Amino acid sequence: MLWDALFLQMGYNATLVAIGACFLGVAAGVTGTFLFLRKRALVSDAISHATLPGVGLAFIVMVLLGGDGRSLPGLLFGSAVSAWIGLLGVSWLTRRTRLAEDAAIGAVLSVFFGFGIVILTVIQTMSVGRQAGLEGFLLGSTAGMLWNDAVVIAAGGALTLAVVLLLRRSMALVAFDPEFAAASGINVPRIDLAIMALAMAVTVVGLKIVGLILIVAMLIIPPVTARFWTDRTDRVTLISGIVGGVSGYVGAALSAAIPHLPTGPIIVLTSFGMFILSLLLAPNRGVLAALLRHLSFQRRVHMRQGLLALAQGQPIYEKLTLRLLERAGLARADGVATEEGRARAAKALRDEKRWELVRADQAFESAAALYDGLREIETVLTTDQIEEIDRRIGGPMGVPA
Amino acid sequence: MSGAEFVPLSLTPLLIGMFAAVACALPGNFLVLRRQALIGDAISHVVLPGIVVAFLITGTVAAWPMMFGAAGASVVAVALIEAIRRLGKIEPGAAMGVTFTSMFAGGVLLLEQSDTSSVHLDVEHALYGNLESLIWLDAVGWESLWDPVALAGLPDELIRIALTLIGVVAFTWIMWRPLKLSTFDEGFARTLGVRTGVIGFALVIVAAIAAVAAFDAVGSIIVIAMFICPPAAARLMTNRLEVQIAWSVVFALVSAVLGYVFAGFGPMWFGANNAVSAAGMIATVSGVILVLAALFGPCRSRTGAPVE
Repeated sequence: MLWDALFLQMGYNATLVAIGACFLGVAAGVTGTFLFLRKRALVSDAISHATLPGVGLAFIVMVLLGGDGRSLPGLLFGSAVSAWIGLLGVSWLTRRTRLAEDAAIGAVLSVFFGFGIVILTVIQTMSVGRQAGLEGFLLGSTAGMLWNDAVVIAAGGALTLAVVLLLRRSMALVAFDPEFAAASGINVPRIDLAIMALAMAVTVVGLKIVGLILIVAMLIIPPVTARFWTDRTDRVTLISGIVGGVSGYVGAALSAAIPHLPTGPIIVLTSFGMFILSLLLAPNRGVLAALLRHLSFQRRVHMRQGLLALAQGQPIYEKLTLRLLERAGLARADGVATEEGRARAAKALRDEKRWELVRADQAFESAAALYDGLREIETVLTTDQIEEIDRRIGGPMGVPA
Repeated sequence: MSGAEFVPLSLTPLLIGMFAAVACALPGNFLVLRRQALIGDAISHVVLPGIVVAFLITGTVAAWPMMFGAAGASVVAVALIEAIRRLGKIEPGAAMGVTFTSMFAGGVLLLEQSDTSSVHLDVEHALYGNLESLIWLDAVGWESLWDPVALAGLPDELIRIALTLIGVVAFTWIMWRPLKLSTFDEGFARTLGVRTGVIGFALVIVAAIAAVAAFDAVGSIIVIAMFICPPAAARLMTNRLEVQIAWSVVFALVSAVLGYVFAGFGPMWFGANNAVSAAGMIATVSGVILVLAALFGPCRSRTGAPVE
C-alpha cells in the first residue's frame, strides 16, 4: 500500500497531491532558507495567519459578483493581498513605533486571524456559504483537489523557485551582512521585501495543501534541518529544498495510503522527523557528534594526565585513567608502567617542559597561542624548532657522574 | 435591553471575555517588554496536543484534565524550545517555529486518529472558542445575582477564569519588584540576588496558565491577541511600567466589551440577523486600538531610546 503510494500507483487524486506537495516542499524549503538566515523565520507565521481574511473576503466578493466563490486562483489572489497588507503592517509597526518585531508579528498574526474568523462566520450565515468549505484552508484539505488546482500550485512553486534562483546572491548577502550589502549598492529594504514576498508566495500556494497554520512549518523546518549538515549557503539552500520536497512527497503519499492521516500534519511531522534525525546525527553540529567529541576529549585529557603521573612516579587513583592506560598497553592493572609506557611517559613530561619554554618565548608567540594542554608539540613546531628548544633545555643536570 | 434578557444571555460571556482579556494582558506586558511576545503564540498552539492527549488518557471531555494536559504541553513546549535552541545552536525564533508547528501537527494528527466523533472536540473549536454559548440559564434578571440557587448554575468557565485572574493578579502583585527589575535590567537584578532564571520561567508558566484558562473559555486566537495587542498599545502610551499596565488593562477591557457588543449586535445594525464570532471580533477591536495607539500614542516613536 505504502509502496503503491510512493510510486504514484494510488490513483489520480493521490498522484496530483503528491506531486503538488513535492513542488511546494521544494519551493518552501528554498525560500525558507533565506528567511531563516535573515533570522526572521517567524515573520512567516504572521504572513500565513494574515491570509485568512483575504480568503474570506475574496469568497464574498466572488459570490457577490455572481460567481461560484470557490475558484482557487481567486481565493489565492485575495489571500495574497491580505498577506501583503499584513506584511506591510509588521514592517510599519517595527519601523514607525518602538515595538520590537516579535510584538509586531504577534499583533498582526492575531488581529488578522481574528478578523478572518469574523469574516468566516459572516460567510456561514450567507445562503451560499454553507458548502464553501473555507475551513479547509485552516488545516489544508486535499480531498477535492482538481487538475487546475494542482497546476496553480505547481506553477506558483516553479515561479517562486525561479525568482529565488535569480535573487539568491543578493539575498544571501543581505542575510549575512546587511551593511556590506548596502555598501555594495544593494537596496537592502527592497531585498528584504523580496524575501518576504517570496515567503508570502509560498504561503499562498501552500494554503490548499497544508493549510495556513502549518505552512509555517514548511518554511522553517527544512532550512533548520539543512543547517545542521553544512556551513555553505548554497548547500543549505539545496539540502533544504530536498528536505522540503521529500517531506512533501512522502507526507502526501503516506496520507493517501493510510486512512485518517491528514496531509498537512503528516507532511510537517515527516519533516520534523528529518529535523530530529539531523539534530542527533549530523556530523559536527549534531548532538551525537558533540557527545563523541566530548568523550574523545575526555579520553585525551585522562591519557595525558596518566602519562604525566607515570613519568613523575605518582600513583594513579582515577579508574578511567588506569583503564585507558591499560588498554593502550602503557600500564599494568596495578598502575605500574610497562616498558612502552615509561617511554611514552618520559616523552610526555619532556613535551611539557618544551611547551613551557615555547610559551615563555616571544619568538614562538603564534605557536604558543595554539597551546591547550593536549596538543602534541610536533603538530605545531618543526623538527628544527624542537631541536632548538631541546638544546635550551639541555641534558640531564645534577646527576652524579 | 432589560436585565431579564441581559443577565442570562450576555452577562456571563461578557464577564468571561473581560476576565480572560485581563488575565492574558497582565503577563503579556512583561512578555512584550522582554521580547518574548511570541511565547504566547507558541503556547496557544501547543494547547491543542495537550488537550487531545488529556482526552485520550481520561476518555472524557472534562475541564480539569484538559487544563492539566494543556499546561503540561506548554511546559513540554518551553523545555523543547530551550533544548533545541541549546543543543542545535539555533536562533530562538526558529526553534520556536519548529516546536510549536510540529506539536500542533501532532495534535491534529492525534485528533484525526482517535475517535472523537462522540464528543465535542475539534480544531475549529480550539481555535475560536465558543464565547457566545457560555450563557447563564438559571438567571432571570439582576436579582439572580443574590440568589444562591441561580448562582450555582453559573458556567464553570466563569469560575475558572475568575480564579485564574485572581492568581495572575496575585503573582504580578507579589513578584512586582523582581519582575520589574529582571525585565528591565537582568544583570542588575542578578547582582541584587534576584534569581532571574526562575523569575523568567515563572512568568512563562503564569502566562501558560492564563492562556489555558482563557483558551478553555474563548479559544486560542483571542489568547494571542490579548497577550500582545493591549500591552503593545499601552507601551506606546507611556514610559512608566505602572501606567503601562493600567493602560493595558483598560485596553483589554475595552476590546472585550466592544468586541462582544459588535459581534452580537453589529450585524443587526447592517440589517443582518446573525451574530459573528465574538472571539474574532475582540481580537479585531484590540488590533484597531493598537493601530490608533501607533498613530497617535504620545510615546509611540523610538526617539530617546537607544537606536538599534
